[in-house]
Amino acid sequence: MRNKYSIFSLLKNAFSYHENWEKAWKDPEPKKEYDAIIIGGGGHGLATAYYLAKKHDMKNIAVVEKGWIGGGNTGRNTTIIRSNYLWDASAGLYDHALKIWESLSQELNYNVMFSQRGVMNLAHNLQDVRDLKRRTHANRLNGIDAVYLNTDEVKKFCPIINTSPNIRYPVLGGTLQRRAGTARHDAVAWGYARGADEMGVDILQNCEVKGIKRNADSVEGIETSKGFIKSKKIGVVAAGHSSVIANMAGLRLPLESKPLQALVSEPVKPIIDTVVMSNAVHAYVSQSDKGELVIGAGTDDYVSYSQKGSHDIVEGTLNAILELYPIFSRMRMLRQWGGIVDICPDASPIISKTSIKGLYFNCGWGTGGFKATPGSGDLFAHTIANDEPHKLNAAFNINRFVSGDLVDEHGAAAVAH
Amino acid sequence: MFVINCPYCGEREQSEFKAGGEAHIIRPKQPTELSDDQWAEYLFMRKNIKGVQFERWIHTHGCRKWFNVVRDTSNDVIKAVYKMGEKPPTR
Repeated sequence: MRNKYSIFSLLKNAFSYHENWEKAWKDPEPKKEYDAIIIGGGGHGLATAYYLAKKHDMKNIAVVEKGWIGGGNTGRNTTIIRSNYLWDASAGLYDHALKIWESLSQELNYNVMFSQRGVMNLAHNLQDVRDLKRRTHANRLNGIDAVYLNTDEVKKFCPIINTSPNIRYPVLGGTLQRRAGTARHDAVAWGYARGADEMGVDILQNCEVKGIKRNADSVEGIETSKGFIKSKKIGVVAAGHSSVIANMAGLRLPLESKPLQALVSEPVKPIIDTVVMSNAVHAYVSQSDKGELVIGAGTDDYVSYSQKGSHDIVEGTLNAILELYPIFSRMRMLRQWGGIVDICPDASPIISKTSIKGLYFNCGWGTGGFKATPGSGDLFAHTIANDEPHKLNAAFNINRFVSGDLVDEHGAAAVAH
Repeated sequence: MFVINCPYCGEREQSEFKAGGEAHIIRPKQPTELSDDQWAEYLFMRKNIKGVQFERWIHTHGCRKWFNVVRDTSNDVIKAVYKMGEKPPTR
């Protein structure tokens, strides 16, 4: 590696007051032609470029980003990582990602601050209890660690939860995946960008895609704010704006883009050392290393690209948070924001070829794409390089909406993905 | 968060309403003769426009009637509201 990060490089650079660190990635001008172009410089897009270069020996690659890398949903999510999905296809996909997370900092030589602090999902009614028990069994059959906890065990694992039977939605139990946790979202984008750049990938920021040039059955390149760029392979990883790009190619996707909100509190001393999610009351919470409570709310039910959500959604989430954690009643919230998430009718992603040769889509991650970043990039790179899906993403093809072979994860994922 | 001018009740907060998605998707007249591709198009494929979109809304916590809205999804500004069965405004 050109400039390996280590205790020695830290010491060496200390002598020059840390003013001479090499740039982690370059800022090149676009070439005329690439072997592959990835549209979207978020975690998934950068990971795709990284694995294309690393595992498929494609070096002439560009990542095209409208704003700056990691500035979209990669920088806006609540950083939860888990793989306890119900169906076999999803379990394969998300656990593939989780396994890569476990050694990602070492592989990238970049600390992504992956912290396996566990994720607990709460049950608030009898149907929740049945669903979560079923999911626990399904997870274990797929080799994914999962345990079911009763109310006392929930309280023991996270003592600040109000487990009184007299609250509106009492805690009847929960599941725990101990290998799950959180990571530093910006570091994931930066680490993949640095790794991809090192292998010769061009990262083109402030380069907006204006159109996709195609002939009858294949793609020829993209029209951008920095001119026309030729390529026979184009991978689109544009999250909430996937439909916008699809419309440029004359393609329709089964997506709706909606605002999803999150908020953080003022920083406080360590109080919650895990991630607790509750689908039934739309609330999930963890604590960042800076000490802020990181709280995820739900989506609005209307299509919008405005990157702001409705106040009543936040209010509903905070009501639930306060009932579950009375200790937070005097916390002040510092920031609130929205990201645009592209939701599939079956709440599962699309990592697929399309009817147009050379055009690939990785989209529909909805409210829960961050956790899959490394796996998604790996499998999408495989799909682009071989023009065939990997067996782990074969079920997530776009044709499932024609065949009816959906991967319905609403039950396992719902809002709190 | 925005205000919607219900054609029956007048201006109310958006939280009183529920969004019903893209408007003017025509139900197939001969469902038995539809191919799988046509079913997919009807059931799942959406324009999901960034910009001016025609959509359906219902005033759930009010008159409980359905109607149509023309809204710019990039900034949530509502351009027009019209009743079910009425012709969409041309501009």
